Amino acid sequence: MGRITLEKVTKSFGDVEVIPPLDLEIEDGEFVVFVGPSGCGKSTLLRLIAGLEDVTSGQINIDGQDATDLPPAKRSLAMVFQSYALYPHMSVRKNIAFPMRMAGVPDDEQKRRIEAAAKALNLTDYLDRRPGQLSGGQRQRVAIGRAIVREPAAFLFDEPLSNLDAALRVGMRLEISELHKRLETTMVYVTHDQVEAMTMADKIVVLRAGNIEQVGSPLELYKAPRNLFVAGFIGSPTMNIFDGAEAAKFGAHTAGVRPEHIEVVSPEEGYWTGTVGVAEHLGSDTFFHIHETGLAETITVRAPGDVAYNHGDKIGLNPRTDLVHKFDEQGLRVQ
Amino acid sequence: MARAISTKRKSVNTAIAGTLGFLMFFPILWILILSFKTEEDAIRAPLQILFDSGWTLDSFAAVQARSDYFKHFSNSVIISVGSTLIGLMIAIPAAWSMAFVPSKNTKNVLMWMLSTKMLPPVGVLVPIYLIFRDTGLLDSRFGLTIVLTLMNLPIIVWMLYTYFKEIPGEILEAARMDGASLREEVLYVLTPMAIPGMASTVLLNIILAWNEAFWTLNLTAAKAAPLTAFIASYSSPEGLFYAKLSAASIMAIAPILIMGWFSQKQLVRGLTFGAVK
Ligand SMILES: Nc1ncnc2c1ncn2[C@@H]1O[C@H](COP(=O)(O)OP(=O)(O)OP(=O)(O)O)[C@@H](O)[C@H]1O
Ligand SMILES: [Mg+2]
Repeated sequence: MGRITLEKVTKSFGDVEVIPPLDLEIEDGEFVVFVGPSGCGKSTLLRLIAGLEDVTSGQINIDGQDATDLPPAKRSLAMVFQSYALYPHMSVRKNIAFPMRMAGVPDDEQKRRIEAAAKALNLTDYLDRRPGQLSGGQRQRVAIGRAIVREPAAFLFDEPLSNLDAALRVGMRLEISELHKRLETTMVYVTHDQVEAMTMADKIVVLRAGNIEQVGSPLELYKAPRNLFVAGFIGSPTMNIFDGAEAAKFGAHTAGVRPEHIEVVSPEEGYWTGTVGVAEHLGSDTFFHIHETGLAETITVRAPGDVAYNHGDKIGLNPRTDLVHKFDEQGLRVQ
Repeated sequence: MARAISTKRKSVNTAIAGTLGFLMFFPILWILILSFKTEEDAIRAPLQILFDSGWTLDSFAAVQARSDYFKHFSNSVIISVGSTLIGLMIAIPAAWSMAFVPSKNTKNVLMWMLSTKMLPPVGVLVPIYLIFRDTGLLDSRFGLTIVLTLMNLPIIVWMLYTYFKEIPGEILEAARMDGASLREEVLYVLTPMAIPGMASTVLLNIILAWNEAFWTLNLTAAKAAPLTAFIASYSSPEGLFYAKLSAASIMAIAPILIMGWFSQKQLVRGLTFGAVK
């Protein structure tokens, strides 16, 4: 079981309120991702759940029990840190065994679980090495191994992949997702990374300055961002946002259209026109950065890889009008 | 390669370092030489001592016959090791809390602790002497151990604090998440990680306590007198017995010198820990 609820939780460091009153429900077995700009309080929120920081006010429940004043050791949560935080003086085997040793798990059971975890995480050959003799990816796997053997109520991850290179990150992302499918244990995951958030989450929590801007499934957030902040934050490349007369044509104060919802056509056929600035060819797709559209400084368009225009070309743009997002003066979504 | 130091610079540096090293070592060398001479030879001119006189073990024999080396030696061991262990037991929790749960006043507390070392010990001799007299601690190993613990505690706390600061807090947090109690966290994670630092703290503190002469001379008479008192008993006002004094000194510093020699690597590693990282 791993149902976590936060009720009116606040956190201040000295006079600075980092988390204003916040409510959140994390269901058992859910994969919840916290995203938001740097310094918005993602780590702080995770550490409050972990018990590594004390709440200033409010209540945290784990499986219906008030855990607000429980020390981290008593919350039956496991955490994977960005820096891995392995014990450098212990072998991989001892690292993985440590939480079981603390919990007084019998030796043969410890052995069985270590072997199972090592097998699942491809660590069998490294059990007798020290963390210092492992690569970044292997270290991260040890950290995950250490977290799973104690069979916690929930896993907490704080940007676990951000120290890995891009290729490894993709691999580990899949491994963590598979782990979640297999264990069906609640996971709370903090990341900066768009793709991680969209691909891994059952539920994304978008934070800004400690406030929850929106909670929803990745597709809900993508299709119906509740406000301009979420609209700009979810999706890559980011949504094109414009206001003024062009927005008024859609009956909105501010309007937004995603790069993938604009078609590049000849200038005569275009609803808008513009000049190609930079064309980024990714092979499968091409991102055109278009100027002089009268909408905004730059409009980004995502076109199929075989669409070929060069710097300085005049082109036409056709938005999918049914997929234009509309926002009012306060930046809130209007239907 | 651009930063390579030229061979000439290197040999000049080596020469300077060698000279300084020799100058520092010279007094010990001279004591060592004197300790193998007769009293008559010992007061002769330096060159004569070196070249014209013979070598003898008489001074060692005389010292051994006159005073009980082993009693002083065991007092020194008990006092220096004891004060170091008690100091560690107090300093580990203190340094832990200052390094990992700092408050606004942590820096001030550290400065305050260091400031106690700025007062010359003689400034508190009278009150401490009186306290010792009234509590019957004069000339007791226990009393001396306590005083030396207090004298060196600021240094132990400072050193451990510096080493602990180098240990990433996340590793301790990981231990907490893994279900370790505070005691287990300190015992199984913090202490093993701080071993190099702790080892050099222990070594340095034993050396300081071993050589401490002010309190050991003032608060002991016979029973608890360590090796410092053993040396001092040969510097009588009526006339110095250089050879015997030297022999006593050599006997007193030999154990710590040998220990220092063998733990040199550890000591240097600990003392430069942090500087290189
Ligand atoms: N121990 C602390 N003392 C004072 N302020 C802190 C402390 N920890 C965090 N803060 C502040 O709280 C805010 C939120 O920090 P937090 O680490 O939660 O951000 P984050 O969303 O995890 O950022 P990032 O994405 O860069 O990791 C920041 O403004 C930070 O300066
Ligand atoms: Mg963070």
